[in-house]
Amino acid sequence: MVAGTNSRERGRGDGVSDAVVVARGVGKVFGTDTDRVEALRGIDLQIARGEFISLIGPSGCGKSTLLRLIGDLLQPSAGELVVNGKPPRQARLDRDYGIVFQQPTLLDWRTVRANVELPLEIMGVAREERAARAEEMLALVQLAEFADHHPWQLSGGMQQRVAIARALGFRPALLLMDEPFGALDEMTRELMQQELLRIWTETETTVVFVTHSIPEAVFLSTRVVVMSPRPGRISAVIDVPLAHPRDVETRESDDYYRLITEVREALRRGETGEGRR
Amino acid sequence: MTPRDPTERDVELLESHETDIFAGFEGDIPGEPGRLETWIRAYGPAAAAFVVVLALWEILTRALDIETFLLPKPSEILDRFITNAPIIWGHGFRTLVEALGGFVIGGTLAVAMAFATVRWAAIREGLLPFAIAANTMPIIALAPIANNWFNVTSPLSKMAVVSVIVFFPVMINTTRGLFEVDPGELDLLRSMAATPREVLRHVRIPNALPYFFSALKVASTLSIIGAIVAEYFGGPQDVLGQYILNRANLFQFPDAWAAILVASILGIAFYVLIVLVERLAMPWHVSLRATEGG
Ligand SMILES: Nc1ncnc2c1ncn2[C@@H]1O[C@H](COP(=O)(O)OP(=O)(O)OP(=O)(O)O)[C@@H](O)[C@H]1O
Ligand SMILES: [Mg+2]
Repeated sequence: MVAGTNSRERGRGDGVSDAVVVARGVGKVFGTDTDRVEALRGIDLQIARGEFISLIGPSGCGKSTLLRLIGDLLQPSAGELVVNGKPPRQARLDRDYGIVFQQPTLLDWRTVRANVELPLEIMGVAREERAARAEEMLALVQLAEFADHHPWQLSGGMQQRVAIARALGFRPALLLMDEPFGALDEMTRELMQQELLRIWTETETTVVFVTHSIPEAVFLSTRVVVMSPRPGRISAVIDVPLAHPRDVETRESDDYYRLITEVREALRRGETGEGRR
Repeated sequence: MTPRDPTERDVELLESHETDIFAGFEGDIPGEPGRLETWIRAYGPAAAAFVVVLALWEILTRALDIETFLLPKPSEILDRFITNAPIIWGHGFRTLVEALGGFVIGGTLAVAMAFATVRWAAIREGLLPFAIAANTMPIIALAPIANNWFNVTSPLSKMAVVSVIVFFPVMINTTRGLFEVDPGELDLLRSMAATPREVLRHVRIPNALPYFFSALKVASTLSIIGAIVAEYFGGPQDVLGQYILNRANLFQFPDAWAAILVASILGIAFYVLIVLVERLAMPWHVSLRATEGG
């Protein structure tokens, strides 16, 4: 497949009205005066509807913190956030986003199926509909035959896939994913990446995806946001103009390698402090 | 939103009271292959030890010619246990009713109070420290007093003692279980915009169940002890406590021992009942999971 054909003009919308996430000067400080950690400083970011954004950066640079701020699981210490055109709190109350945490966070007392159904149950979706969607999502993450197991009977990677199924199940407008594929083997990982891209293509979902893997970030994203630590900030934003749909050939293309190098260098610059603003 | 409550150490202490003798019940998985073998491996050593102790007891009391009022022979106790069965089991039944009544009353109040601590922070902050303090006291010492809170001839007086004994461990442990929730799970529910009631139902209550049952197991044993001790301080004669007291005063020690045996059997049966309910209530729990080699 020749790069450029079949390409989809997604995301990259300019209007703020079209933005799913807007961050203006967002900062986050943890702790007290004596024992304070500045996790994030001056985050300016605009994510358009339909984009696939990866956050990449060294451990402790505030990727999870940024995700949690968007999800209204933390309050910013400075700046302003708008999610789906609303304050983050309202977006959360409207169930505008689904989140996959860095830990699977499955409820031990529920079967795999019941875990996937939990958000639907809380949203008041009818029983048959819940069952059907759970089935569909579990098939998607290739865990259909484990539906009646309990989470502790699954491996770490399988648990993480259940968490992904749970977040996808209610078809949120925004997907926040914190290193969702970190615990997967290489083959499953590529498969899940492909599936995620398919879902992203088929639905109008916007994805904010945290990863430590440069190839993964490049393969999946429309833009890669490179972060640097102490305090956490955005040191570079790299466009990824690879054509869609992306597949094995994408992974072998020259553009792909060029972009990987570009991200790697941005990361290195961020760490040595050259990229500081 | 979820302050760690200061009960942890106290309840750990409480849990350490738990006897280990029934650990085998929790390790056994119904329906696993080689079930008989698993059972033998789980209970065989305990059964063998029991038989050996009884045999030694019999042999030594005979060989050393130990006086019956010091320590009767197992055979004598067994004899009284069989011939007096209708009387001592009748007494046992009435004592059990007192224990169960107090257990249900104390347990219900404890759970209600634990839920109240979730709903109203003032209760948690105001009353919990006192509950913890009360739990460290030997509440059984209250028996002669609590025995008089109600008509001493009524079973209610014994139930009052038992319910006070049961209340504190169950309340403290359940409260702890309702609060010691994985913060990640709270975040998850928050991300779904779950109401406090849904958080309670989907996270806090299931999380509290193991704590609750752990306290119930302790309380089941305590409730029988509490009822008998309360009976020592007066009331109707047709109960185990009074029977043990009277027989001992009359130097009828094998009779007293036979009644103690009944009390033990009741205590064990009560404990096992709770273990069974626990299994039904939370089949997911760690203690019930399949482990290598049973
Ligand atoms: N609840 C908290 N209280 C205090 N400090 C925190 C808290 N959460 C995060 N931090 C601090 O904020 C910084 C950023 O943490 P964060 O978890 O966002 O990093 P991360 O980029 O996700 O790292 P990793 O890649 O290892 O997951 C770290 O220095 C961390 O110590
Ligand atoms: Mg993180």
